[in-house]
Amino acid sequence: MPQVSMTVNGKPASGDVEGRTLLSSFLRDTLGLTGTHVGCDTSQCGACVVHVDGEAVKACTMFALEAEGAEVATIEGQAAPDGTLNAIQAAFQEHHGLQCGFCTPGMVMSAAALLKDNPKPSEAEIRDYLEGNLCRCTGYHNIVKAIMAASGQDVGAIAAE
Amino acid sequence: MPKDHEGIGAGTKRREDVRFLTGAGNYTDDINVHGQAHVHFLRSDVAHGRLKKVDTAAAEGMPGVIRVFTGADFEGVGGLPCGWCVTDRHGQPMQEPAHPVLAQGKVRHVGDPIAAVVAETAEQARDAAEAIEVEIEDLPAVIDMKAALEEGATKVHDDLTSNLCYDWGFVEENREAVDKAIKEAAHVTTLELKNQRLVANPMEPRVAVGDFNRGTGEHTLYTTSQNPHVIRLLMGAFVLGIPEHKLRVVAPDVGGGFGSKIFHYAEEAFCTFAAKAVNRPVKWTSSRSEAFISDAQGRDHVTKIELALDKDNNFTAIRTETYANMGAYLSTFAPSVPTWLHGTLMAGNYKTPNIYVNVKAVFTNTVPVDAYRGAGRPEATYQLERVIDKAARELGVDPIALRRQNFVTEFPYATPVAVEYDTGDYHGTMDVLEKMADLSGFEARRKESEARGKLRGLGLNCYIEACGIAPSQLVGQLGARAGLYESATVRVNATGGIVVMTGSHSHGQGHETTFPQVIADMIGIDADMIEIEHGDTANTPMGMGTYGSRSIAVGGSAMVRAAEKVINKAKKIAAHLMEASEADVELKDGQFSVAGTDKSVAWGDVTLAAYVPHNYPLDEIEPGLEETAFYDPSNFTYPAGAYACEVEVDPETGKVEIKRFAAADDFGNIINPMIVDGQVHGGIGQGIGQALLENCVYDESGQILSASFMDYAMPRADDVPFYDVDHSSQTPCTHNPLGVKGCGEAGAIGSPPAVVNAVIDALHSGGHKVDHIDMPVSPARVWAAMNA
Repeated sequence: MPQVSMTVNGKPASGDVEGRTLLSSFLRDTLGLTGTHVGCDTSQCGACVVHVDGEAVKACTMFALEAEGAEVATIEGQAAPDGTLNAIQAAFQEHHGLQCGFCTPGMVMSAAALLKDNPKPSEAEIRDYLEGNLCRCTGYHNIVKAIMAASGQDVGAIAAE
Repeated sequence: MPKDHEGIGAGTKRREDVRFLTGAGNYTDDINVHGQAHVHFLRSDVAHGRLKKVDTAAAEGMPGVIRVFTGADFEGVGGLPCGWCVTDRHGQPMQEPAHPVLAQGKVRHVGDPIAAVVAETAEQARDAAEAIEVEIEDLPAVIDMKAALEEGATKVHDDLTSNLCYDWGFVEENREAVDKAIKEAAHVTTLELKNQRLVANPMEPRVAVGDFNRGTGEHTLYTTSQNPHVIRLLMGAFVLGIPEHKLRVVAPDVGGGFGSKIFHYAEEAFCTFAAKAVNRPVKWTSSRSEAFISDAQGRDHVTKIELALDKDNNFTAIRTETYANMGAYLSTFAPSVPTWLHGTLMAGNYKTPNIYVNVKAVFTNTVPVDAYRGAGRPEATYQLERVIDKAARELGVDPIALRRQNFVTEFPYATPVAVEYDTGDYHGTMDVLEKMADLSGFEARRKESEARGKLRGLGLNCYIEACGIAPSQLVGQLGARAGLYESATVRVNATGGIVVMTGSHSHGQGHETTFPQVIADMIGIDADMIEIEHGDTANTPMGMGTYGSRSIAVGGSAMVRAAEKVINKAKKIAAHLMEASEADVELKDGQFSVAGTDKSVAWGDVTLAAYVPHNYPLDEIEPGLEETAFYDPSNFTYPAGAYACEVEVDPETGKVEIKRFAAADDFGNIINPMIVDGQVHGGIGQGIGQALLENCVYDESGQILSASFMDYAMPRADDVPFYDVDHSSQTPCTHNPLGVKGCGEAGAIGSPPAVVNAVIDALHSGGHKVDHIDMPVSPARVWAAMNA
């Protein structure tokens, strides 16, 4: 079996994989980073979103071998070493942007990618960007609100239209 | 005393969030038991057929294969049990077919498991499953419910007399009075509609890990369940013959359920069975594609409803006839959904004196159908609120005025469908809605939409829900093969901290935050001194789990009862320590004091005395401070609400856009308003999904056409708006200690009729006399209706 090496959350990581091993499986099964979730098998749900060389990627759509030498960031590496939540994580808690928590890692990683390129997205831009992330619990209300809040926007008066 | 942000009524931030936000959750698929093997199920790719050959020889020789199982391995093992027996109109029990763990003799739906490969890796198991040779003699697939009931129709189960599970009449004694009232009515509005089949699709697919300890003879099953004790009882007693004391079921963090993780599934029994048979832990992780053909699905009713009104527009009678799809087998609670969870809700918020509900439950060659968020109650609400809207249009009256005129206003109110509403204020809740939704401004918004070439519509809906199904004696009479109580143990530690072990299960509802809020309030200590344990039969008392919006109303009440016992005992200890009479001892802000004196003793001093009983009334009470309570409610709870939806329809394309959505709910007392808002948001999201997008479709050969997220339209962030929600209308429940009613399903019940009513209103505003469009109200259906 070939070996793959990459940097995950700033630390070197390597392991033996099959050619067909997905990045999501490598993270979960080889490295034990089970925060990256797998919610579908057609790359629709977005629970497995991680960052590869700074870009948001669905880890189930990429073979582990394709990430050879890459910088990979997962949900486990988002909080500060002392456990302090980053701004997006904190906003999700503050605004109840998660319920069962299963889609949450992908939502947080997608939101981070969005805010990197668009620091003050509108509601419509957020909703559009999240098309590849499914949530069955929240009706998206508090996820959108949390991302707006994380980008420093006033969410006190959010209502329809 | 509890911090201001921690007691009952506070919007306390969730403590469970930190682990979910940092990737430290512990979902079932995150559990790997040392030495585990993996299983892959070979499933039927045809809807109906006779198994002629299942040859596993080639598969057994494949790399990594440990053993291949077929139906033959499960002869003599029990089938999956059904937890509810419905009695039909003629007093006969429903037809109840066998439900083998692996198919025996026949396959009855696409996805029916035929064989299972246990191998070293999941990939090897999957590879080997492809090498199993299966020969199936195709049989005609029974898909359409009415065709399934025709004389001479192919039978799904050869040993049953027909495809009719039951023909249920409710209340049978009302039938003649209802027929008479309809005959004598000044106006009768009739509507035929479908409540389409849905797939629950919690984001976490199901997982089961079976483990067997040869040394102790104990089985452990880790599973994605909303009710681990129920699984332990059903699987242990009815399928595998394992007594509860040798079977532990653990449901750790569970990624959403929405009903679909209530039921006992074949894969759970298989993994438990196989772990002993191969002497290795055995793990199964469902793919999403597999979930679409193996998770119990929801709804799938075809209904004709008639609403009779007198000359003054008072409702005089409701008569319904519903065909309810059971799928190929009876899932755990399937028979109860179209009957006791549906017929009992047909009065809605209205004082209709005569109601008769007929339900024919039908077997078809489709995936089994069972409870999905709301379970029967959305189906009841949808037909009732759609027919009321149609009646208002036919009579030329305001749909709100027609509803208000017929509201139940005096409580308790005994409906003609066997339930008694304890409290409610339907006018008050509607008042809240009218204001928050700015209904008086609708016409101006409609004009503005029209100026942009869009048709705007306003849809109203009122709903009543029945949560916390109970009492056990009653549900037993109705056919439930289970009790519907809940349990809690409150364990106080020596230094004053508390662990509450509850039979309720949290899979997104936030019990780890809300349950401590209640205890913090009762004792007057910080909520962070209280921990909630749930989801493991090894450390929680026998409980019935979480579904039907029952957790706080039933599980919370059990916890309150146990905490009251703890406090009563603690007062005895405090009285001893203060040399006072127990009757004079008060507990406030974490301090016991004696009325009228300056004597006091802290909570922690009393708890320490309970476990270090040096100065202690040992002749009166035992040491320790731990109590258990089982709470069996005396009635359902009845949340109610009024919802308003505004849509814009694009007349060029038929596309519907939701512009505003407002929900006014009466949930009684509220423990955590932030979490209640979130529950309502999520329910509305799912309801909008049903109204506009979701549809589980089978072709006539029984192939499921919507078996992935590519084809099954889940609501996405850009399909929904922000929602206005309000629960300031509060009439506390009169029969549970917290005065709570439950909020988990309301949004999913209340929103689909509001959306469809709004679309129909929009079309009428454009001159399109469309009476009805079945859900999902897709652009194609809207366009076709406009251009019919």
